[in-house]
Amino acid sequence: MLAFAMPPEFTRAQVEAIAALAHLELDPAEVEMFARQLGDILALADQVQQVDTSGVSPTAYGVGPHSADRPDRVVPSLDIADVLANAPDSDRPRAGGGFFKVPRVIG
Amino acid sequence: MNTPATLAETRDAVVSGARSAADVCREALARIDAADPSLHAFHTVTAERALARATEIDTNRARFRGAPLAGVPVGLKDNICTNGVRTTASSRILETFVPPYDATVVTRLHAAGAVLVGKTNCDEFAMGSSTENSAFGPSRNPWAADRIPGGSSGGSAVAVAAGMTPLSLGSETGGSIRQPAAMCGVFGLKPTYGRVSRYGLLAFGSSFDQIGPVTRTARDAAIALGVIAGADPADSTASLEAVPDYTAGLTGETRGLRIGVPSRLLETGVDADILRAVRTAIDTLRARGATIVDIELPHAKYAIPVYYLVATAEASSNLARYDGVRYGLRDTQNELGAMYSRTRERGFGAEVKRRIMLGTYVLSAGYYDAYYLKAQQVRTLILRDYAQAFERVDVVAMPTSPIPPFKLGERASDPLQMYLADIFTVSANLAGLPAVSVPCGFTADRLPIGLQLTGRAFDEGTILRTADAYERDTEWWKQAPPIATR
Repeated sequence: MLAFAMPPEFTRAQVEAIAALAHLELDPAEVEMFARQLGDILALADQVQQVDTSGVSPTAYGVGPHSADRPDRVVPSLDIADVLANAPDSDRPRAGGGFFKVPRVIG
Repeated sequence: MNTPATLAETRDAVVSGARSAADVCREALARIDAADPSLHAFHTVTAERALARATEIDTNRARFRGAPLAGVPVGLKDNICTNGVRTTASSRILETFVPPYDATVVTRLHAAGAVLVGKTNCDEFAMGSSTENSAFGPSRNPWAADRIPGGSSGGSAVAVAAGMTPLSLGSETGGSIRQPAAMCGVFGLKPTYGRVSRYGLLAFGSSFDQIGPVTRTARDAAIALGVIAGADPADSTASLEAVPDYTAGLTGETRGLRIGVPSRLLETGVDADILRAVRTAIDTLRARGATIVDIELPHAKYAIPVYYLVATAEASSNLARYDGVRYGLRDTQNELGAMYSRTRERGFGAEVKRRIMLGTYVLSAGYYDAYYLKAQQVRTLILRDYAQAFERVDVVAMPTSPIPPFKLGERASDPLQMYLADIFTVSANLAGLPAVSVPCGFTADRLPIGLQLTGRAFDEGTILRTADAYERDTEWWKQAPPIATR
């Protein structure tokens, strides 16, 4: 199944690439630390490759099924002003405001 | 020796009128004031709200006569949302977060007459086994203040062990209730996945996360579970399975009970004092008429790799929501992407970043099949091991933790060593099964030891009955550290 060799140790570039996917801006010391530690942890995790799982279906949840089905009825939701009270920035101070504010995305 | 009151004793005293809820509440707050500066079980103490609530119970005594938690002070792990009370998950990124709603368990505790006295310390986002990953400082073990209380629900276990509250709620993803309960010498219950609603629990590993009680006794845990368990329209994974009367099942009867012991799994890596105490506990159950059966859990040795692959994958996805947009910390930047990544860099601690990184990697293109999918397949085999074991036995017994609580800082630089100590707890989370930790002795250094009992899905009744029967024959649960009785 493995079409690649597992990296025994991560390079700085690999760690930075993963960090970018995870929206983390690591400092140089962290990059170094994670290069070492992620390699160690994956070496342990790689034990799962020893197990013969041919024909075994994956388990997403240990116990099921659950009560997913219920009538799709509209019920009151959280109050917008209460929710926006936690926002670092919003247009709440304005009457009728109901938006989170973020840095300008378009032009 | 003056053992702190149990949940049942506290409730009965309030219901009978022997004590007022306000008096009970003031005592809990006084114990927190006295012991918490040295133990750091609590992030937030809600003294005023708690006293107002206790007074409300006292002035409406008739209404709370049948309430299962009338006047019982409760500590809540700080990853459980409380309307109007700061909920941090021990993270800088949520340092200022005040939820606009209550978790379902909080609503249920309230309806049962409980008095919330505060929010307890834990590892950041419940990631850890020592409570050292809290951004606001570690909790300390009431039995030895230079040692960890276990984690991630360390503050919840400390609160009960130190006699601050007779009940606290913790949460589990890989052993975070049972392990600190064992290390602090108190009772911990991880319910079946789906037994308790997760609505309002800050998500970590959504296919594992489950809320459960920390108490002094199995009976107290049975009372608390009866309150918090049951279906919830706000959580589609909360099961429709009927909630039995757990306390009615505590008959003391253990004749005919079949207890499985995975002897081979215990052959290596278990502290000698812990192994001895657990074997003695199993002998006690045998003497009560239980049959002890040797069982095999051939894939249990893969539980840690499977857990750390699947749980970190789920965590990397769940924690994507902390980006500085809707709540918590924001590192103000001119560009949106920079705002996300700077906020997360500043807001998360090392262990959380480590797990997000690992989870992101195992889910990334080219690695998904080899790690995530493969781990989920091995998870199936771990489930089958338990299914086969439960054809022959009713309960599986083993230690909760292979090691006693270690000294603060001792393992901080070696996350892998920390992960390996989860060996006996994570498989119940992978399989979704209920499990308890009940005090069963002390090491030569007088550090608490826990016996773990795992049951069939939705059969909390049998493990609670077994643990309660064990408590009837032993005095370990009555032991309290000096700080609890001062």
